[in-house]
Amino acid sequence: MTEIIIEAGKGSKEYFKDLWRYHELFYFLAWRDILVRYKQTTIGIAWSVIRPLLTMIVFTVVFNKIAKLPSNGIPYPLLVYSAMLPWQFFANSFAESSNSLIMNSHMISKVYFPRIIIPTTTLIVSLVDFLISLLILSGLMVWYSYLPGWHILSLPIFLLFTALFSLGAGLWISALNVKYRDFRYVIPFILQFGLYISPVGFSSNAVPSQWHLLYSLNPMVGVINGFRWAILGWNVHLNWQELIFSCVMAFFVLFTGIRFFRKTEKTFADIL
Amino acid sequence: MGIIIKAENLGKKYIIGHQRRERYITLRDIVMHKMLGIGQRILHPLSPNKEAVTLEEFWALKDINFEIEQGDRVGIIGRNGAGKSTLLKILSRITEPTTGKVRLKGRVASLLEVGTGFHPELTGRENIYLNGAILGMAGAEIKRKFDDIVAFAEVEKFLDTPVKHYSSGMYVRLAFAVAAHLEPEILIVDEVLAVGDAQFQKKCLGKMEEVGSEGRTVLLVSHNMAAIQSLCDRVILLNHGSVVNDGNPDEVIQAYTSLLSEISSRPLEDRNDRKGNGKVRFTAVGFQNTNGEPCSVALSGQNLQIVCTYRCLTPIKDGKTMFSIAIETLTGEKLLLFRNDYTGNLFDEIPIEGMLICTVPRLPLIPGIYRITICAENTQDVMDLVFHAAELQVTEGDYFGTGRVKNPKFGPFLAEHTWEILGAPLRRDVHD
Repeated sequence: MTEIIIEAGKGSKEYFKDLWRYHELFYFLAWRDILVRYKQTTIGIAWSVIRPLLTMIVFTVVFNKIAKLPSNGIPYPLLVYSAMLPWQFFANSFAESSNSLIMNSHMISKVYFPRIIIPTTTLIVSLVDFLISLLILSGLMVWYSYLPGWHILSLPIFLLFTALFSLGAGLWISALNVKYRDFRYVIPFILQFGLYISPVGFSSNAVPSQWHLLYSLNPMVGVINGFRWAILGWNVHLNWQELIFSCVMAFFVLFTGIRFFRKTEKTFADIL
Repeated sequence: MGIIIKAENLGKKYIIGHQRRERYITLRDIVMHKMLGIGQRILHPLSPNKEAVTLEEFWALKDINFEIEQGDRVGIIGRNGAGKSTLLKILSRITEPTTGKVRLKGRVASLLEVGTGFHPELTGRENIYLNGAILGMAGAEIKRKFDDIVAFAEVEKFLDTPVKHYSSGMYVRLAFAVAAHLEPEILIVDEVLAVGDAQFQKKCLGKMEEVGSEGRTVLLVSHNMAAIQSLCDRVILLNHGSVVNDGNPDEVIQAYTSLLSEISSRPLEDRNDRKGNGKVRFTAVGFQNTNGEPCSVALSGQNLQIVCTYRCLTPIKDGKTMFSIAIETLTGEKLLLFRNDYTGNLFDEIPIEGMLICTVPRLPLIPGIYRITICAENTQDVMDLVFHAAELQVTEGDYFGTGRVKNPKFGPFLAEHTWEILGAPLRRDVHD
């Protein structure tokens, strides 16, 4: 028979075993979120199509037609859209997970389960949007007669990279948002700021080389460059040094995120 | 039969911020607090650092020790705020204890609310799976028990209807049915029998009895002494966060009843936990309606009179005496202050003995238990101040006189108000 020991100041030693025990809850919550999302908003799917498309058009006009930034011979809409994919994935899961604990506060105050499940399920909902966007991208590529090369096989790796970074950032923001309830006002600002310091509307080549190291402290730089490399192939030069740098940052965010979340989650039921 | 739950030295402390209703803090507060601190340092560099926000510790549970054997069916009783729910929350791992340790042997399922995680947009079928998973059932287990759950809840026809279209009775039946099919070694239940119709309640009690007789351990919190008596073979009485009695149900329930009456009847006169110079001394506090009939329980919306009997050392003739009555919740949140100088009901002379009556028309409090603090003072001194001189129990009443509001839970107050849409007539047949 399993024995559970609850002790002041000590987290469960069996946290990860518990996580496994509750893995079905993870599926069910993800399934619920997807179901509710597409049941509640009849324009749910349309919305996940329109948003990146409109952003892509605006960015193409602003950065290509007005600012005349270089694109290395790649159709500018493709350049933008291939970056929109990971950016939207990150931005959606970041925004969703920031609210997720508060939205599920009634569950947290009434039932035990590893709390980390809740912000993690938001990844799955974002993944559905991501897949829809991916379909549109393939449509765009057919339109521009642009064929991906063998690099496309590395796409899942970069997707995993995006997911891990999104999870790390999501854990930070969801725990902070419970602890300091006015944190939600900062979130739109972070996202807006992030959109401009990440190479979504422009190619990384447009960044002067003396800034590259500082610039790639932002894990989304590595993610987006990786996505472009995977999707657009040989016209994109992948800077491995930058990528590794971004990777290290992403893992740093993930591990500190998990630690911070685990440290604060014990008090969630008391302050929610 | 072995020991299945063992609690040692269990305690839970909450920090209560005064003048604040929220339990969470905001970044703004922290920044402001720090800035104020720095400002104070600059202005008064030598004065000790004063905390701008006053915090008070509150021990919801203190030094709890007990052992529960496998197959025991234990009832936990006590007044509101005695720590029952906190204890269940610790045992079900929702919150962490501040001190001490608990060992639990076996799978724990806790049912602190029926239908936790139910989503109104999802169908009955979908909610059964979701709720089952939340309560810790595996997908295969839910599938296996699915038909039993549906039959128990009697909702076969509406399985594919979103539960937002369910009647409240159906909703509760479905929610309880899922929970009733849990098969943990330890089942923790909080006051869930308070919902649902009488017939269904009986069914639930039957189901729980079945669970208990299968050798499973059940912990049950309830205010329903009849349910406790019929289900439990042992009862623990909590008061102010400590175990005060533990054992045979009849004896402990008896102890609880006498505790309740002892507290309400403890003579105010004999209490020495009071402040003031003693020129006035309150000797009793009671509640009555405007016909002068005493009421031990007040209704939301009734006209309530708070009656304070007092005695003075000598008649007071300076015309400066002020009386006040404060109402706060059991956790110390200040809700209302009544003062005779607010209303302008001043007295030139205070007779040496008498009854001071404060009338509150249409009591604006939602159901609950409130603490009454009374005070008599003049411009210089406090003459008598008794914290928690009495408890006022308020129960559901028809505050708006429409028969519509049963048990509002949003915020502590009710207030009269009206609605209109310009140019649109109101419905007439509202309540008669």
